[in-house]
Amino acid sequence: MAPSDDVKMMSLHRLAHARAGDKGERLNLALFAYDPRHYDILLAQITEDRLQALFAHRGVSRVRRYPLPGLAGMNLVLDDVLQGGVNGALNLDGHGKTLSFLLLGMAIAVPATLEG
Amino acid sequence: MTFLLGSGAGFSGDRTDAAIPVVAELIRRGQPAALLFETLGERTLAAAHRARHDDPDAGFEPLLDELLEPVLDDCLANGIAILGNFGAANPAGACERVRALAQGAGRADIRIGHVQGDDIRSRLSRIDLQRWEGESGEMPGEEALISANVYLGAAPLVEALALGAEVVVTGRVADPSLFLAPLMHYFSWAWDDWDRLAAGTMAGHLGECGSQVSGGYFADPGLKDVPDLATVGYPIIEVEEDGSLVVTKPPGTGGCVTEHTVKEQLLYEVHDPGGYLTPDVIVDLSGVRVYEIGPDRVAVSGIRGRPAPERLKTTVCYAGGWQGEAEISYAGPNAFARAQLAAEVLRERLTFRAPPELRSRFDIIGHTSVFDSDTGDLQRQTAGQESGDYRLRLAVGHAERRWVERATQELLALYCAGPAGGGGVRRQFQRRICTASYLVQRSDVEAFATLYGTPMNDDRSHDHGAQ
Repeated sequence: MAPSDDVKMMSLHRLAHARAGDKGERLNLALFAYDPRHYDILLAQITEDRLQALFAHRGVSRVRRYPLPGLAGMNLVLDDVLQGGVNGALNLDGHGKTLSFLLLGMAIAVPATLEG
Repeated sequence: MTFLLGSGAGFSGDRTDAAIPVVAELIRRGQPAALLFETLGERTLAAAHRARHDDPDAGFEPLLDELLEPVLDDCLANGIAILGNFGAANPAGACERVRALAQGAGRADIRIGHVQGDDIRSRLSRIDLQRWEGESGEMPGEEALISANVYLGAAPLVEALALGAEVVVTGRVADPSLFLAPLMHYFSWAWDDWDRLAAGTMAGHLGECGSQVSGGYFADPGLKDVPDLATVGYPIIEVEEDGSLVVTKPPGTGGCVTEHTVKEQLLYEVHDPGGYLTPDVIVDLSGVRVYEIGPDRVAVSGIRGRPAPERLKTTVCYAGGWQGEAEISYAGPNAFARAQLAAEVLRERLTFRAPPELRSRFDIIGHTSVFDSDTGDLQRQTAGQESGDYRLRLAVGHAERRWVERATQELLALYCAGPAGGGGVRRQFQRRICTASYLVQRSDVEAFATLYGTPMNDDRSHDHGAQ
């Protein structure tokens, strides 16, 4: 979906909430639409390719997406983004706990009629 | 019949008064109940081994007294079993501490279950190890190895409860297994009743991080508002014999239990939701449903289970050299440019004052830090001449302490030799303990429970130690 008269760009943060978790060098981002009617927007735009691009600077080696329609959400699993993990990283946030909000800062295209 | 699982802590460093309203509510309800303390992660296990390395009597949860003291009497008097992995790298040390606390409360006869068998360090070289699929590093050499702890399942904890333990102390046990154990003991579920094991495991998964399911780690003002976060209530999970479960919290506490708080915790640290691996069962969350059934009451259903995995995950801790950090602040007009100049000066200094294998990273806190890579890609993309309040942070790692000291000392030197107006320098360095994950065969692990301090059991643990 590209911006046009019918669509507008919006921060993912307005439509969805997320939590990050870590194991070793692997990060998971659980992402949920506030409103289940917006789940399809997430499914169409929060793709493995976009996540790969978003985390390229962190050296992500693999992204896997697990859709969970029953929860109006998805689990995103990213390998090797923690640059050493909780016990090896130089990053202040070795867990990668703050990265849920890197995800939520993504811009997504939504119908122009959507409020927010 | 309902069994109540109350959470007293969700990590090492959690609020030490959290268990008080949970225990008060468990007593008020008068139903069979247990109180669980989950205080052990990959970071805290490494820290515990570091502590025990420096002092053989240390290595268990440093906040043990503060966590237990406010609730121990009430739990003992009301038959509420306490289970905790607060033994960390030294479960026997934690048992001794619990006994001393009970003695002080007039209960010198307390029965403490001591779970052992997670520590396989002494046998590691003879064990068949498989690298965990998310692990990319090489197995550290023997000389760097500090510890190896298997994630045990619920069975030895159930054994401890069957021995009559009032407090069960463990080292490395899978977090949800702490919660599953009292359910297995109370409901006598079969060890191959996979759907019930999966439900009990998810009760544990939802409760193991304490308030993360009841409004903690959730608030985002204006979008996800949480009432009274300062007094957030820690969760109570109600579990029925058929495995159905409801997440709630003590009345009168802060926080909230909603569909959204429960969903976030449901997938926390999960990878494939169709195959969440635990020592007790493989959980399938692909058909899970979450429903609000009342104020601060959320039901979770549709949890399925499959036979437990063949291998058990093991955390190996090894010496990872030294790490150091140092920071300096720049504020006011042109502050960002001064912070950037300071970083450039420091980077140049380190090229001739430290060896090339020194790992280093330069954050400008207030501009970009935690989202960035070690090489500062985001910082370069977004440079400008900004006023504000910035803090240059240097982080370094090296096998030898002297280079970490030297590099962080170079930041200190910015006080006089760096850009104008730098202030508020802080510097610290410490030994780094790294962790790696492997899989071991169940047949290489012998987990068991004893009642701490009973002669027969001492003999038994002696036998195991001699293997």
